[in-house]
Amino acid sequence: MGDIDIMVNKNTAAEYSLGIDIGSTTAKIVLRKGEEIKLERYERHFSQVREKTEELLRLVSGITGDSQIAAAVSGSAGLGLAEAAHIPFVQEVFATGEVVKLKEPDTSCVIELGGEDAKIIFFDGGLDERMNGSCAGGTGAFIDQMATLLNITADELDKLSLGAGRLYPIASRCGVFAKTDIQPLLNQGARKEDVAASIYQAVVNQTIAGLAQGKKIKGKVLFLGGPLYYCKGLRLRFKETLKLNDDNAVFPEYARFAVALGASYYAEKQSDTYTADSLISAVRGAGAVSGGKGRLKPLFADEDEYEDFRRRHAESSVKSAVISGYAGRAYLGIDCGSTTTKLCLLSENDEILYSYYASNQGNPVEIVREQLSKIYELIGDRITISGSAVTGYGEELIKHAFSVDCGIVETIAHYTAAKYFEPEVEFILDIGGQDIKCFKIRNGAIDSIMLNEACSSGCGSFLETFAKSMGYTIEDFAEKGLHGTAPVDLGSRCTVFMNSSVKQSQKDGASVEDISAGLSISVVKNALYKVIRAASAAELGEKIVVQGGTFYNDAVLRAFEREIGHNVIRPSIAGLMGAYGAALYSKKYEVSSIIGSKALKSFVHTSKSAVCQGCTNHCRLTVNTFGDGKRFISGNQCEKGLGNPEPSEPLPNLYEFKRNYLTSLKSEEGARGTVGLPLALGMYELLPLWHGFFTKLGFTVKVSPMSNRRIYEKGQFSIPSDTACYPAKIMHGHIECLISEGVDAIFYPCLTYNIDEKMTDNHYNCPVVAYYSELLKGNVDDLAKVKFLYPYLNVNNKRELSKELYSYLSGFFGDIKKSEVKAAVDYGFKCYAEYMEAVRAEGARALDFARRNNRRIMILAGRPYHIDAEIGHGIDKLANSLGFAVVSEDSVFRLAEPFTVKVLNQWTYHARLYRAARYAAEHRDTELVQLVSFGCGVDAITTDEVRSILESRGKFYTQIKIDEITNLGAVKIRLRSLIGALEERSEPLGGA
Amino acid sequence: MEERKYIPFTEEMRREYTILVPNMLPRHFKLFLQVFKNYGYTLELLETSGHRIIESGLKYVHNDTCYPAILVIGQFIDALNSGKYDVHKTALILFQTGGGCRASNYIFLLRKALEKAGYGFVPVISFNLGGLENHPGFRLTIPILHRLFYAIIYGDMLLTLVNQCKPYEVNAGETERLADELTVELADKMQCEGVSFKKVKENCKMMLSRFAEIERRNEKKIKVGVVGEIYVKYSPLGNNNLEQFLIDEGAEVVVPGLLDFFMYCIVSNLTDIWLYGLNKLRLPVLKLVFNYLVGQQNAIIELMKEDGNFTPPTPIKHTMELIREFMGLGTKMGEGWLLPAEMLELNDEGVHNIVCTQPFGCLPNHICGKGMMKPLKEKNPDMNIVAIDYDSGASKVNQENRIKLMLANARADMEEKERENGSEPAVPEKNEKIFVKNT
Repeated sequence: MGDIDIMVNKNTAAEYSLGIDIGSTTAKIVLRKGEEIKLERYERHFSQVREKTEELLRLVSGITGDSQIAAAVSGSAGLGLAEAAHIPFVQEVFATGEVVKLKEPDTSCVIELGGEDAKIIFFDGGLDERMNGSCAGGTGAFIDQMATLLNITADELDKLSLGAGRLYPIASRCGVFAKTDIQPLLNQGARKEDVAASIYQAVVNQTIAGLAQGKKIKGKVLFLGGPLYYCKGLRLRFKETLKLNDDNAVFPEYARFAVALGASYYAEKQSDTYTADSLISAVRGAGAVSGGKGRLKPLFADEDEYEDFRRRHAESSVKSAVISGYAGRAYLGIDCGSTTTKLCLLSENDEILYSYYASNQGNPVEIVREQLSKIYELIGDRITISGSAVTGYGEELIKHAFSVDCGIVETIAHYTAAKYFEPEVEFILDIGGQDIKCFKIRNGAIDSIMLNEACSSGCGSFLETFAKSMGYTIEDFAEKGLHGTAPVDLGSRCTVFMNSSVKQSQKDGASVEDISAGLSISVVKNALYKVIRAASAAELGEKIVVQGGTFYNDAVLRAFEREIGHNVIRPSIAGLMGAYGAALYSKKYEVSSIIGSKALKSFVHTSKSAVCQGCTNHCRLTVNTFGDGKRFISGNQCEKGLGNPEPSEPLPNLYEFKRNYLTSLKSEEGARGTVGLPLALGMYELLPLWHGFFTKLGFTVKVSPMSNRRIYEKGQFSIPSDTACYPAKIMHGHIECLISEGVDAIFYPCLTYNIDEKMTDNHYNCPVVAYYSELLKGNVDDLAKVKFLYPYLNVNNKRELSKELYSYLSGFFGDIKKSEVKAAVDYGFKCYAEYMEAVRAEGARALDFARRNNRRIMILAGRPYHIDAEIGHGIDKLANSLGFAVVSEDSVFRLAEPFTVKVLNQWTYHARLYRAARYAAEHRDTELVQLVSFGCGVDAITTDEVRSILESRGKFYTQIKIDEITNLGAVKIRLRSLIGALEERSEPLGGA
Repeated sequence: MEERKYIPFTEEMRREYTILVPNMLPRHFKLFLQVFKNYGYTLELLETSGHRIIESGLKYVHNDTCYPAILVIGQFIDALNSGKYDVHKTALILFQTGGGCRASNYIFLLRKALEKAGYGFVPVISFNLGGLENHPGFRLTIPILHRLFYAIIYGDMLLTLVNQCKPYEVNAGETERLADELTVELADKMQCEGVSFKKVKENCKMMLSRFAEIERRNEKKIKVGVVGEIYVKYSPLGNNNLEQFLIDEGAEVVVPGLLDFFMYCIVSNLTDIWLYGLNKLRLPVLKLVFNYLVGQQNAIIELMKEDGNFTPPTPIKHTMELIREFMGLGTKMGEGWLLPAEMLELNDEGVHNIVCTQPFGCLPNHICGKGMMKPLKEKNPDMNIVAIDYDSGASKVNQENRIKLMLANARADMEEKERENGSEPAVPEKNEKIFVKNT
């Protein structure tokens, strides 16, 4: 690029030094003359990186005139600019480190949050700098996104947070997850103050878990970056969580400018100097450099194609009637979604009399009240509401608040509506604000349901948030996308990744048009390849109805047609389909129970929070009270919190049975000391073995308690890999628990091979279960306080096991005899066999009970550690409450013959899954729901296989991905959809 | 239980079919191909790249599967789709290590994907030193294995020498040109010379002297080691051309060779015997093979030491010693103990700056990569490690930014050390070159 002529003067002493920091959302500059700050600016650049930089440089020019300036650029969006303009670049974390060493040399740790990056620098014990991984939110952009969700500004969010009374647990892994937690909270009426503070707490947790990774944050901590400068509430959360006082929590005045300042110091060490004008021309010259790679075909080849597209979709409209001209019966459908509330009033002839579609602004109850008042005003005495139905996330809340006739599960509502447009519909895809739902229809019944997993959600609202961040309304943004000539290729992953990809394309100089089109294509690819997992359009069928608010976006609609290679139907009421379907559904009613216009006038709604004392789980409840004294409680994991009496004979629940069995193992006082067994990962399978072994050997055995959120948080700081599965991460808390109990030793062996249950290719553990001790040893410092026992063992050969245990343990406990170990091993295996037999027997009892009482059976199929109260989030109890007898995979798999699967069947736990699936496939009254841990690499293989085993016999496949998220709402929808689908198929119970 | 069905590669296919080979280590694989060609096979190395590969992978493989599987399977299907091959006269080969890692499932995922894509009839050969499926037309005989082993030695030598010459070469492109020439020459020699370790040593000497002739600048560069999951560690397709990026950033890249991994696999089999008492009968053979390999590796190291122009690799036994303090040799899934051991090996050689590469969500790497960084750094405060996740959605800008942070620290460290030694800090011209990449 020799043709860019910059006046570079080498080795001239510069009068000023300039640091330019261009982050993902803001541009910052600092101009110094000696130690005196001459100019500081902090401004949003709305992705107009070059223009904003030029603008800021002109300010510099006003001060420096023709003087010589040393300059350097930093920041994630600055990299491309620096390269193209040939201005020195310094990595931003490095720049920060330099400033801190200069300004606050006694700092032990720096926490810096930026637009999309989060960084931590440790100065004690060797410099250690870290940035958030590619899967991590908890940054400024995340806070902005959450504020948008609450429909307030970031400032207001901050002010609200200071008035918080309690904190809700919000998943801290990334923005998408957090949103999944926040939206139900809002829908259930949680106080905005509390939610605001909880959002900040999630950011704090993310910083600690994702960045500190095993290193304790202590000593003098410096907080830098824009969010920490502006958000008082965030500072408060950091100080409280890290237990810092005013002396060791430092929030310097230059917090926003630390990187720019660092760049200015770095600039001084460079030999090149510039004038303000030469910098401006260099930056302007960089404009010529633009990346041409990674582009896709435009959405429309030409204007004709676009016109044709518009004409075609205009045809799928629905009749409507003027409300003032109608008299008679009417039916009301309400769809209270995660981000939007929709209402639809139908005439007897299915014409739309009134409809409403808007963001629920965090308070759906108020929106529905307002709309109902309006409807009552419009209908007067001419029209009677004869039936009403509500669907969506806020279904129960709205149903209770307004005495709606019935609540129906979303999937059924959507199918009812889609059928109206295309009686032979084969496939329905609904992309809403936060979720993607799709279902295949076979023989007039819902055949399979796919919901997006937490990691690819946020589609619609993601587009909207993105549009806003670039300064557009979603409508304008979508319109622009239609005219993108070379859409950027952003891949098909979770939206957090897309943020970085967009950053990159901005760096390459992509236009808003091309970014908008690219994002639409990504949303579509996400739906197709992540959720539906389709290989070809033929798989989806010929008759496809697409709906949901996101499909109002023509760019998304077009991208979808392009991607699958043929046309689809988008009803003109794409965003109203849930409400429309609910209204259609409610036509079966004659007289509606819905709140009358008089009662509505005196309607009041208050909500407060409470903690359930029903069991040790202590669910955090939100208690909604309505004007007439009616209450609605949400947040509960079981029925107890609702004050309902327990059913006379509880439904079988193998998860509960196993939990009770394992937590009631008795230990005697042993002479050799106390051995702690962490109840996590593989210990859930072999606890009886090791418990029996150590008891027999003369140890007191201390088992760590069943997990809860607090236990997780107790060990959170030492987790080195934040993308590992939750069951692994929670292990750290169990170790901390045992250490604080004062045990002498902790035992968690390395088991490459698990128990061999035969008829499989092999019997491995997954790498995480097998070797987690190696990781614990290296990362949990306090393990040095106890004897940490983690021998490599073979649990399939008693002789080898005794030999290995003896040689290992005698190194720690000199007086142990070989014969004692042998006897203890024998006893341990006896205990294990008893346990497995008890599980089998209880499984048989459960099946028998269900069949005698005409109950559906659910094989809740996961791995042994999924029975954990915290990891399983009480899904087993939820299934009970929906009327299922719940059995575990290990209690029933032996009832199916072993068979050859299409994949390598080499893990013990997973082999059970395949056989359990076969059992479900062979029994009409049995459904299998697979629990999958987020981040479980092995499950990427098992899920497809389990699905195909079930589907080969025409069974539904239901998968629930579990993580730190405690939102049972989505799980409930899935399970209810399953029940709904079974009923649609009119599959009666009994006589299997 | 009935046998899993697959299409065997028959004797007849051997004569008529072209076997497609996915790329990982270009030079090594070219040599391997030559070995097979000499035994009458027709093979072709897939050197394709580009977005279509990822697209095909994502389309036919579960998206949460490891990135290498998505790439390798994507590359195959893309090739079959390309129209370049008669798909009814084409077979595929996949290299696998087996074990408790989910990577052992690649072959089944590939077959599933082929079926989905309408290529269910294409035979797939699993190249696996563990349990081989029965393919009458494809047998790994001792002579073939022997030659493959020498191909590894040559490949590793080329890898090492290229890495040590390329960043310093005066005439741009000279190193790569020589390496390309030698790859062809060595392939020829393997065909006509037969195999004897004497010949191998002669050829290694020849390589050493030919590389020594390359005119090199005498300057000090930051050395950066690359370790990690085997595919993303080596494959430019998997790691977004990591080596080239590091060279452009002014670093010398140090990548441990394939032989280490090979020996690690043998140790894994040995630990099954030592720790669990499994397959005891195999002990004598395994020991014999292991000692043989150790002997040959040592001989090559000696050769390099005598030559004196280049830094030889670390003997595996020393690497194993280094890791003992941190991790048991029983950790044998994925790259297992070898991964942190190679970090220590690099550190021991004075290469403190390390990029640890892994596919996003790689299970063994939770333990062996990220899980070992804290204890390793505690004992070796000089170590400057950055973990980079690779995946179809990961943005290159993020990856490069993190690597740049590691490089900035490396540079500061080097300058400090130079100051301590009383020499002049790095020359400005060089700095400019390092900090501002030439576009």
